[in-house]
Amino acid sequence: MTHSSSVVDGNQFAVHLSDVWKMFPGVVANAGVELCVRRGTIHALLGENGAGKSTLMNVLAGVYRPDRGQLKLHGQVHSFRNPADALSAGVGMVHQEFRLIPSFSVAENVVLGSAPSLIQPRQLEAEVAAMAKKFGLRVDPTQPLWQLSMGERQKVEILKVLWRDASVLILDEPTTVLTPSEVDELAEILRRMAQDGRSIIFISHKLHEVSGICSEATVLRQGKTVATSLDMAATDAAELARLMVGSSPVAPDRPEVATPGDPLLELTELRASGDRGIDAFSNITFQVNSGEIVGIAGVAGNGQRELADVIAGLRPSTQGSVTLNGADVTAARPQQRFRAGLAYIPEDRLGVGLAPRLSITDNAILRIYRQQRRGPFIVAEKALAYCKYLITRFGVRSGDPGGPIAALSGGNLQRLLVGRELDGQPSVVVAAQPTRGLDVQGVKAIQDLLLDQRKAGAAVLLISEDLDELLTLTDRLLVMEGGVIRGEFDPRTVSRHEVGMAMLADTNATTR
Amino acid sequence: MNEASLIGLFVATVSFAALLYLAALGELLSEKAGVLNLGVEGMMAIGAVTAFIAGVELGNPWAALAIAMMSGAALASVHGFFTVALGAEQVVSGLSLTILGLGLAAYLGKDYVGQPHGTELVPVEWAGLSDIPWVGPIFFSQSPIVYIAILMGVAVSVVLTNTRIGLALRASGESASSTDSAGHSVLGLRLSAVAAGGALAGASGAYLTLSLTPQWAEGLTAGRGWIAVALVIFGAWKPGRVGWGAILFGGTLALKTRLQTFGVDFSPIILSMLPYVLTLLILLVISVRSRKRPSPAPAGLGFPYRREER
Ligand SMILES: Nc1ncnc2c1ncn2[C@@H]1O[C@H](COP(=O)(O)OP(=O)(O)O)[C@@H](O)[C@H]1O
Ligand SMILES: [Mg+2]
Repeated sequence: MTHSSSVVDGNQFAVHLSDVWKMFPGVVANAGVELCVRRGTIHALLGENGAGKSTLMNVLAGVYRPDRGQLKLHGQVHSFRNPADALSAGVGMVHQEFRLIPSFSVAENVVLGSAPSLIQPRQLEAEVAAMAKKFGLRVDPTQPLWQLSMGERQKVEILKVLWRDASVLILDEPTTVLTPSEVDELAEILRRMAQDGRSIIFISHKLHEVSGICSEATVLRQGKTVATSLDMAATDAAELARLMVGSSPVAPDRPEVATPGDPLLELTELRASGDRGIDAFSNITFQVNSGEIVGIAGVAGNGQRELADVIAGLRPSTQGSVTLNGADVTAARPQQRFRAGLAYIPEDRLGVGLAPRLSITDNAILRIYRQQRRGPFIVAEKALAYCKYLITRFGVRSGDPGGPIAALSGGNLQRLLVGRELDGQPSVVVAAQPTRGLDVQGVKAIQDLLLDQRKAGAAVLLISEDLDELLTLTDRLLVMEGGVIRGEFDPRTVSRHEVGMAMLADTNATTR
Repeated sequence: MNEASLIGLFVATVSFAALLYLAALGELLSEKAGVLNLGVEGMMAIGAVTAFIAGVELGNPWAALAIAMMSGAALASVHGFFTVALGAEQVVSGLSLTILGLGLAAYLGKDYVGQPHGTELVPVEWAGLSDIPWVGPIFFSQSPIVYIAILMGVAVSVVLTNTRIGLALRASGESASSTDSAGHSVLGLRLSAVAAGGALAGASGAYLTLSLTPQWAEGLTAGRGWIAVALVIFGAWKPGRVGWGAILFGGTLALKTRLQTFGVDFSPIILSMLPYVLTLLILLVISVRSRKRPSPAPAGLGFPYRREER
């Protein structure tokens, strides 16, 4: 096993990054990263959320300029000023959030950036169709992009890179939007491309996926390389997991068995539509009792986000009811639910939870500004005092409370948001992905806050994609798949495998 | 109502349509690239005054037109600099541009108010065609700018749909980050689109002082820049539809001054609201329809782009 690349000659690598540093305000996203990718192979880039994988690949693709570091392609040193430079050197990237234009046709999306000076749509569509066929990517070039499924959109992204004849292809967490059979199809496409002599970097934080697809792996943790060019065949999953999370993952101690009290949150046959107007979930019935944490596990996009929105009152339900503390709030506005004792920690912190351009103080009083006023006016001293109180009580590391909230780092943003929501002693807490993207300390701090709420007798609903978090924190675990509850488990006795099976239930039947 | 005044109405309709169309095409280019420019009225005023001054001083209408276009582009580039290069708020900058343009035009033109014009773009006579009754005077005896406007409409449409640069330009208005990662310079595309839009607004202004009302007075543009902005929405950001809209809106402008002569008892004030009422109706249709399909408005319209920002 090689934990370093210094012994091998750099010329044999399609990609060789050394000592790459990239800082953002308040965060060191990459701190001296090494990466070597052999030509014609599929290389896994592993690491937990926030480890710095996307940042590193954005550096390789010319989107971010590194603060320091060297970049070699096929032995030659490069310095990219923008994505165009990287593209002409043969580096193509499929971003985690697709870079596609919904109102354009598939063909237009594919050729953007490398179109001929004069475009004849029909002819172009034929050429794109021919290329799609050659690589076994089934998409219709004439279709407008907005009509495509996520899996199809990803094929368009791959076609884009192939159209430019890129020799290095980066895929950032490509499987999060795919169904299992689409994942298999993707693996097949990637293998064909590697045989073609292209080098592929496959980013993931899911171990089981990469083991079948990739031959070597590089592991990042908190912006640093902890292993480069591991031979996947010779490394077992436990070793990789240890490398990814560090030797002592700080999971909080399993809480004492709860003695649940009265049901505080009750959902009855709840149903709602998603953004596209089709059912996001249906027939959801469960309750969360005082003094317990109920978890919802599931692959992203199976209705969890919409469910959280409906409970918070941000999305209308089309059927069923929501009851808080025995009062029916199905038709209540978010503010009314808040006053009825609901705390909501949304998945999208800066978009839904906080107002990025307002100051820390303004964000702190966003929920309770009514208590900080005299007549119609906000009392600045009161607001500031409250903000300082939140900062101390919840350990937010921040500069000037009058400064913009967006300047805070991810973990501190979340502490402030969670603190603001939990401060008023809520009886029901709904937390959607509350620890996603946080560093180890941040995760622990947030988890401890949720456990405190449980101890104080609140009913906590925790929606998470992190199975380990759910298994250690919750008292009951529900699995959501395809918009329905696929099962309820006791997290103290259930195996990861069993939950995993429920998360993928019926997927073979539902894939198109 | 006699035949001559009816023909006059149609001639004026076509003239006003061309005036609005040029300015609207410019706004369309800018908006397609993602930059809302509410400074059309100001850019038209600058085009009008510089064309007039150049006409008086140089005596060549074509040189006057060129200077008007350059002035329009220069003024638009101020907007481009603030909104594209610095990421300033587009609405604020655009409104300032209107005020700046109107003020600057008044200042530059203060010695030329009431002066006789130095030169004029003479209407084109098309051999044989111009003498056809009705059709001749309406379509074939117009100022060269009318034909330029039609050519520009075709050109903008072809460039947007059938060229690499047009594809990139539309992309930068839909999603700047996608355009950037595809290897195009969003900055370059947006700045050029804004400047080109300014040039067209300048040409539209020049049409006023070189053909329609060959003299300079403050307030000559009379809010037509705003109609052009509304026209882009009315035409759903499509050059062809904007053209039909221009004829409709141009018709209301032409009719407004003639209601009296036709003996129709209808308030011209209500008529001048018509373009805006129609635009509001179109907005209503667009927003109802966009529950099912993407709105025709460029998705990235109004948003500045900075590469490393999330
Ligand atoms: N554009 C940005 N601005 C500020 N901080 C960023 C930006 N991109 C990433 N970060 C921060 O850098 C760290 C690494 O992020 P990222 O590279 O996205 O991780 P990964 O892809 O491994 O999940 C995180 O703490 C994240 O919040
Ligand atoms: Mg990432």
